Amino acid sequence: MSAPAVAAPAAAGGVGPPLWLLLELTYRCPLHCVFCYNPTDFANTGPELTTAAWLRVLEQARALGAVQLGLSGGEPLAREDLEQIVARAHALGFYVNLITSGIGMTEARIRALKDAGLDHIQLSFQDSTRELNDFLSSTRTFELKAKVAGLIRAHGYPMVLNVVLHRHNIDHVGEILALAERLGAQYVELANTQYYGWAWLNREELLPSRAQLERAEAVTNEFRARVGQATKVYFVVPDYFETRPKPCMSGLGSLFLAIAPDGTALPCHAARMLPGLELPNVQHSSVREIWYESSAFNRFRGQGWMKEPCRSCPEREKDFGGCRCQAYLLTGDPDNADPVCELSPHHHRVTEAVARAEAAAGAPRHAGEHRLVFRDHRTSIAVTTLMPRKPQAG
Amino acid sequence: MTAGLDGGARPALVAGMRLQYEPAQSAHVLLYPEGMVKLNGTAGAILERCSGERTLEQIVADLEKSYGASGLTKDVSAFIAYALEKHWLELRA
Repeated sequence: MSAPAVAAPAAAGGVGPPLWLLLELTYRCPLHCVFCYNPTDFANTGPELTTAAWLRVLEQARALGAVQLGLSGGEPLAREDLEQIVARAHALGFYVNLITSGIGMTEARIRALKDAGLDHIQLSFQDSTRELNDFLSSTRTFELKAKVAGLIRAHGYPMVLNVVLHRHNIDHVGEILALAERLGAQYVELANTQYYGWAWLNREELLPSRAQLERAEAVTNEFRARVGQATKVYFVVPDYFETRPKPCMSGLGSLFLAIAPDGTALPCHAARMLPGLELPNVQHSSVREIWYESSAFNRFRGQGWMKEPCRSCPEREKDFGGCRCQAYLLTGDPDNADPVCELSPHHHRVTEAVARAEAAAGAPRHAGEHRLVFRDHRTSIAVTTLMPRKPQAG
Repeated sequence: MTAGLDGGARPALVAGMRLQYEPAQSAHVLLYPEGMVKLNGTAGAILERCSGERTLEQIVADLEKSYGASGLTKDVSAFIAYALEKHWLELRA
């Protein structure tokens, strides 16, 4: 999940508008990716919003000043009204980004989306090889994706690829970049897995070793040197290997507003897990009330909620204490410093997970042996009992 | 960059870039895939005129007329060179 590259809000001191709006139109998805950040109990959430409700959200958010729009999911192409949603968003003046696996994209649909005013498409690949792409997403989709990449180019969109990296594919970065070059990609985002949702469930299986990470970065740099501006590569380092936290969402409630399929409004994609947040819903409140007045969106604004070491840290203006979800998952308290920070008294929980990944990397298994949990509806129904939403102990 | 920037060059926004005025921010913004730049008044006024049809000379003349100023060539060229470097603009023949 990449942080939106949006400028800081204009209003000094006060609360600026939700410049970046993400609509997770559906949790339905033909893929079953082990690193998905969707909530593991997505099957137990309410029904999807109607077309009319989504259009109302767009109007209300745009009136507040929202301007960058992400349409994602799940797989947004699973919504038959996607073209209608894009058309209204475009008419309202949004810059419309579609974040898709490509499954469900056809010549007819991409033409309709283009006519509706879609500005940009980001296509995800799980790996460079058919075998691993299909295994990691638990489907047979590789060739279809290659075909969709062709459609994207043919309709004049820049080819933008996103590949989520983890222990099982990070050693293929060279092949992934070669594939991107063959597909005519202008941008490739190599995004190391961030551990929320299904990825959190699978963390012990997905976290790469430091040596893997360093090799992948070296290969990426060689590729950059060879290819130059023709294919730009963004390599997102996994924050478990950092000593300072990411400025998650530029602080919750500052720029970013996500709406889940059932209308729940979230200050970040993963915020459903945070304890004690009374998340508002667009079916009961206006976007203005949600953004400016709801307790959930005000909960982490400013610095009053911070504890030490953040409270007195000069870097709090820069990183806002890091990620609240990670603080909660790893320390049990969402007000703590993100334990990725080496100043956190809980930093050892991150380094211990990395150390376990090192050990696992040194202990090869038999082919096909794994303990990955695939994202699917049946597992999701069961997963609340399998793994209650509580932080890691210890 | 200014080396390639003669008065007859016709700058235009790169495909995928969109310029629009945002009342909520009281500013022009430049929108691109998953990102945004908030522009100051001068930058907005220049980019607004980069249609791909007007030459640099025409853009400068128009700005000087609109703002009742003169001698803007150097500043406008410098900004356009910067915008070319950032891949916001490209030059059309």
